Amino acid sequence: MNRALGVGVVPRQREGGQSMFQVRIHGRGGQGVVTAAELLSMAAFAEGRFSQAFPSFGSERTGAPVVSFCRIDDRPIRSREPVIVPNALVIQDVTLLHQVDLFAGFPDDGYLLINTSKNFEELGLGEFVRRFDSRRLRTCPATELAQEHLGRPLPNAALLGGFAALTGQITLEAIQAAIRERFSAVAGERNAAAAAAAYQLVNETTEEFSHASTD
Amino acid sequence: MLRQIEGSRAVAETVARCRPEVVCAYPISPQTHIIEAIGAMVKAGTLSPCEFINVESEFAAMSVSIGASATGARSYTATASQGLLFMLEAVYNASGLGLPIVMTLANRAIGAPINIWNDHSDAMAARDAGWIQLFAETNQEAADLHVQAFRLAEELSVPVMVCMDGFILTHAVEGIDVPEQRDVDDFLPPYEPRHVLDPQHPTSIGAMVGPEAFTEVRYLSHLRQLDALELIPDLAARFAAAFGRDSGGLVHEYRTEDAATVVVAMGSVLGTIKDAVDRRRDAGDRVGVVGITTFRPFPFDAVRRALRGAETVIVVEKAFSVGFGGVLSTDVAMATHDQSLSLRTVIAGLGGRAILQDSLETLLVDGVQGRLDGVTFLGLDHDIVDRERQRIASQRRSGSTAENILGDLGVVASRIA
Repeated sequence: MNRALGVGVVPRQREGGQSMFQVRIHGRGGQGVVTAAELLSMAAFAEGRFSQAFPSFGSERTGAPVVSFCRIDDRPIRSREPVIVPNALVIQDVTLLHQVDLFAGFPDDGYLLINTSKNFEELGLGEFVRRFDSRRLRTCPATELAQEHLGRPLPNAALLGGFAALTGQITLEAIQAAIRERFSAVAGERNAAAAAAAYQLVNETTEEFSHASTD
Repeated sequence: MLRQIEGSRAVAETVARCRPEVVCAYPISPQTHIIEAIGAMVKAGTLSPCEFINVESEFAAMSVSIGASATGARSYTATASQGLLFMLEAVYNASGLGLPIVMTLANRAIGAPINIWNDHSDAMAARDAGWIQLFAETNQEAADLHVQAFRLAEELSVPVMVCMDGFILTHAVEGIDVPEQRDVDDFLPPYEPRHVLDPQHPTSIGAMVGPEAFTEVRYLSHLRQLDALELIPDLAARFAAAFGRDSGGLVHEYRTEDAATVVVAMGSVLGTIKDAVDRRRDAGDRVGVVGITTFRPFPFDAVRRALRGAETVIVVEKAFSVGFGGVLSTDVAMATHDQSLSLRTVIAGLGGRAILQDSLETLLVDGVQGRLDGVTFLGLDHDIVDRERQRIASQRRSGSTAENILGDLGVVASRIA
């Protein structure tokens, strides 16, 4: 796995020595929240891991809050409970901050990726995020990247690129392969390019951080 | 070949490889992606010869399945929830006529209040309809059970319902090995009906049977279901030999050796229960779990054998009989009536309420320590209940309970768990 540029590549150890990585994705109907979890699971599967993706179950309506889940493990996954304590939280729509309890169960060592062109201070989260490991918290302008590469404001594929860079749980190549498998040729290429751009951006901010912290 | 696909997709592909000749369904919620995918395969010509019939209701879906099956065609349909209830009269007819229709039931709750989420109320409503009812634990098993279901149905002339948890399984994407066409063809011979409606040789079926013979007809249906108790393990063994994995059968035991406390359950919750059992085993508790795969016919002997060493049995079920209690619990109690054990019922997961591993571990601890009541409603919010009870007590026109509670809570399905 290409983890050279990633941070925090050690998966969280569960009690009993199992290493399961659990992801929760929040967004709105129409933003590809469910597809994102499915793509992530397909990428993990392609890398020889066990994976499970499922949506929060509700009436599917455009604009309504939607949650999806993905589990990745080195052993078969039996659990069917929703992800209560996510190792990583991906937020596709910042307007949910005032509507949904997005951070429910989010642990101090969790990874957080928010789709926004603002930083945490500008989002009003500056105080809130201080208790977490700042190397694991990133914002990423995925909607803008999608607009640039797809011509449509669909942030899900780009965020998966950011997720790969932030968590090191999956390679960008596997994410791109899953994207290309899922979408038609043109849409696949464009989404793969958006994912690569987000991967690059998140990596750069990660490097900036590591330079800053060694200064 | 193992692929990372949605449960509904895997079932659709598996059903297609069983070569159904007629598939009919009413394509509206509560329908799953299964029918959508099969419809696409028929249209694209990849599933052929097969006629896909878009009917005007679930009642018509089962009625057309009955007609198709009576002419000797391998027939399949799928439904859930209110859809099953709407077709229920015809569901009884299918079994009464001995027609080997296979139907997927993507288990969901039944309204009112409106609820589209998972539980087993729909399957329980059709419990006595004369169909064989099989419950899948995983999407792999759901796919595999369909291959076995067609053969089981056709050998016995009994319709089979394959129950898989709506959303939790149908909408989950995971590694699934869809049975290969060649292997399915080897396992499932072409349908050879016992009787056929044929315009060239007119006969009638479903004629009136009076008191002089109705009991005998029903008793023969009962005997056929009892035959299924022999055939189901046999088919599961043949399936394991042909496909290299265990799917189906009557019951599945997990860590029941020396277990003093045993959970009994059906469907996908078994996975979470197994994780909970492992955790309690690590802590030193002698706990295990028995999964019921075949619910109708009920495998009394297999359940009795699986529970022979248990002191406490906790039946976790996703449905209940209002004013009575557990449904599966009653069957388990009958199976173990001559055993000295303490039987506890836990009603969980109603209308999509998430069943968490933590609460299952707490249940196990309470069970081991003898602290469980006869019937427990898992995760019941007593504050909400008390508030509504007070409203009802304080005024005659207290309003609709469901709407009152929604008013207290604010939003629908706003919580993760």
